[in-house]
Amino acid sequence: MSQMHTDVVIIGAGSIGTLTALYLVRQGLSVVLLDRGFAGGQSTGVSPGSLRLQGRNPTEMPLSMRAQEMWEAFEDDIGESVEFEQKGHLFLALTPAHLDKIDALMPIEAAHGNFCEKLSRDEVLSRWPCLTPENLGGMFNPRSAVVNSRMVAPAVARAASRAGALLFEQEEVLSVERKGETFLTRTDRDRRIESPIVVNAAGMWARPFANGFGEDAPMFSAGPIQMVTEPVPQFLDPVVHSVDGHIIFRQTLAGNIVVAGHPRVPVDDVARRSRVPPDKTLRNMRRLLNAAPGLLPQSIIRIWTGIEGYLPDMLPVLGPSATTPGLFHAFGWSGHGLQCAPAAAESLTQLIVGGASRIDLSPFAIARFTGAVRPDEQKLRDEFEDNVVRPRSGAAAS
Amino acid sequence: MKRVAIVGAGPAGIAAADLLVGRAGISVTLIDEGQQPGGQIFRQPHPGLATDMKRLLGAGHARLERFRALCSNVLPQLDYRPRTLVWNVFGGELMTLGERGVDSLSYDALLIATGATDRVLPVEGWTMPGVYTLGGAQILLKEQGCLIGRQVVFCGASPLLYLAALQYHRAGGAVAAVLDTTPIAAKVKAIPRLLALPGVLKDGLSYMAALRLAGVPIVGGVTLDAFVGEGRAAEVRYRAGGQAHAVACDAVAYGFGLRPEMQLAELADCALRYDSFRRQWYPDHDGDGRCGHGVYVAGDVAQMGGAEAAGHSGRLAALSILADFGLEAPASPEPDRAALARQLTFQDGLGHAFAWPAAHVAGLADEVMLCRCEGVSVGEVRRGLRSDGGPQEANRAKAATRCGMGRCQGRFCGSALAELVAAETGADGVARPLDRLRAQPPIKPLPISAVAGEPLA
Repeated sequence: MSQMHTDVVIIGAGSIGTLTALYLVRQGLSVVLLDRGFAGGQSTGVSPGSLRLQGRNPTEMPLSMRAQEMWEAFEDDIGESVEFEQKGHLFLALTPAHLDKIDALMPIEAAHGNFCEKLSRDEVLSRWPCLTPENLGGMFNPRSAVVNSRMVAPAVARAASRAGALLFEQEEVLSVERKGETFLTRTDRDRRIESPIVVNAAGMWARPFANGFGEDAPMFSAGPIQMVTEPVPQFLDPVVHSVDGHIIFRQTLAGNIVVAGHPRVPVDDVARRSRVPPDKTLRNMRRLLNAAPGLLPQSIIRIWTGIEGYLPDMLPVLGPSATTPGLFHAFGWSGHGLQCAPAAAESLTQLIVGGASRIDLSPFAIARFTGAVRPDEQKLRDEFEDNVVRPRSGAAAS
Repeated sequence: MKRVAIVGAGPAGIAAADLLVGRAGISVTLIDEGQQPGGQIFRQPHPGLATDMKRLLGAGHARLERFRALCSNVLPQLDYRPRTLVWNVFGGELMTLGERGVDSLSYDALLIATGATDRVLPVEGWTMPGVYTLGGAQILLKEQGCLIGRQVVFCGASPLLYLAALQYHRAGGAVAAVLDTTPIAAKVKAIPRLLALPGVLKDGLSYMAALRLAGVPIVGGVTLDAFVGEGRAAEVRYRAGGQAHAVACDAVAYGFGLRPEMQLAELADCALRYDSFRRQWYPDHDGDGRCGHGVYVAGDVAQMGGAEAAGHSGRLAALSILADFGLEAPASPEPDRAALARQLTFQDGLGHAFAWPAAHVAGLADEVMLCRCEGVSVGEVRRGLRSDGGPQEANRAKAATRCGMGRCQGRFCGSALAELVAAETGADGVARPLDRLRAQPPIKPLPISAVAGEPLA
């Protein structure tokens, strides 16, 4: 058995956990970062890597916009490339309803200082001739970016390790208990770690660590459908995203076309298995052809999904525990974790070091689930397959 | 009515189908990528080509004739879908892409008889035009009647080495040399096991004798250094007995045995077993082909054994399927079990006589290409593995370096990547299995055009 003392234990080495570790050690705290798999091995690593700014939940916008500033300095900050490319994000209108949505979004984006351009059909076609002539126009945000999501958490973990954080991969946290003023974290490698602070960033598997301290959030799992073609010569800059989210695609630095599209599918977070139903793959191939007919000669070489945690209002839990001093939660990112990660980690660091964060985290408090849940009915209906088990209107948290 | 879906119309799939067709209560669908049945071993000339197969195959021609006779009896009795790719399996349904586009097929029992492909390792220059796998060189000859060159070096460690060289010789191609990476001493040690099938051993020795008689240089125990040429392979450099040598050529056929084509089995949730002798993974089964939950395997995908073994294991899998359906068995499994056991003892001998050169990868220069689809070198993966906090496992190395992320999805670089990770991490591949790149769909590239013209919803 090995016994350790540290200032902070972080459970989960995804984008949030690794970044929080990095920022905390830079503030002079000692940090132990634990993951039962590998850094970025779950939802961070399987994300399509899109750092989209427009069309976000207004509640999340302050976090999102601050995160964007940090992403823009990210590679210099961590000292490695993560294939960050700021090539913009296009909402593509394929129906009149999509155009209405764009008209509704334009003032909201402007209010948050997120510049977007409204484009006519012909402007869309002259900029991106590969897109369908049947399009009705678009909304382009030049500031949105992409990263190679596979590279993010390992790169940040290396930076955190260089700065002094201790990273233990393939080591599972078995229990976290409160002993007086400190937490005792036990792992399956027979390690016992004492710390005054614990950060719960365990993704879809974060719930038991909240439950152990008498609180809960009704998180459910689902997987975003993704696939990729062979590499082709560069022809497409922005992420192209039909306004309804049914088809989203971009070209990577290596030249492959990464393709995603709602609704999300059920996954097995207990057995940790996720597979895309093949009919959904075929459906997204049809949607891709509809949006970009020129991709007809390409082939799909890989299909995957991952296990993401969602909350019924499609907002994360981020901030202090409502029951236990020294415990902090950052989970249930509902598909937005990678983009928000730098600002989330910065906010947690401010909370832990200084007792308060610059961005108001109260909308993300875990205590919001003690009463009746106010679900985002539209997103829960539109962005998930019917067979994804998820809370519905009026359901109370346990 | 129970539907049995058989994937693969090689010797295993056809032997299984032979026991299943015509039985009350069973319908059989046979899906195969090829235009004609036969798999790789019984690849037949493209229709319209008058290749002299008797001359090409020699004594092996009688086996092809028997296989053809079996096919002409069996195929009319089942739902045969040639030129059809199984690209995924999900929830008891196969997803197919054939001449009539995408389709799905539900099954009560799935027999996976998808065979094997060449197992290759990088050699400096291996991605250059003119370098082929042994199996690829053979397929071109059997199906297309083409030679890969006029002065061909056959090299590596594979039972196909001498056979393919002899077939080229018979077809009129000059064999520049046969360079065998297994030392003679290892071959001698293999003899007791090879004696399990004295007739087959005699055939194998006769290939070597025929090549020697034809004046083909045969060198054993070589180390392959490089395939060299200006834009096309023109020379093979190797070491033997402490001396560096070179042999001129206009093409190279090389390989290091075979690897099971098991992506479908993996996606069908078969448990996998590690063979520490061959240093590779196979679908796990009970010896009679049962993997559980209605999935069965037979032939080289189940255990490397060649065509005869595939026939026996196909019959065993068919008997397992009938027994699991509660139907009367047309035969006892015992004779096939005994025959398969002899075949597998012989195959263990072949595994020693044509040994997988596990240490080869550790000796590769950094510049050598490891993943040809994505253009990732040995050095890039090594640096990734050695960098602070870097990946220490094959799937992590794949994520970090793109090795194995391309068109072949690691089917051809996966063995080398696993050996490289083992060499870098000090794992011996025996006490701890080599890493394995996890299979992801599609099983082979799925053209987007497969859904062209279909309505959106």
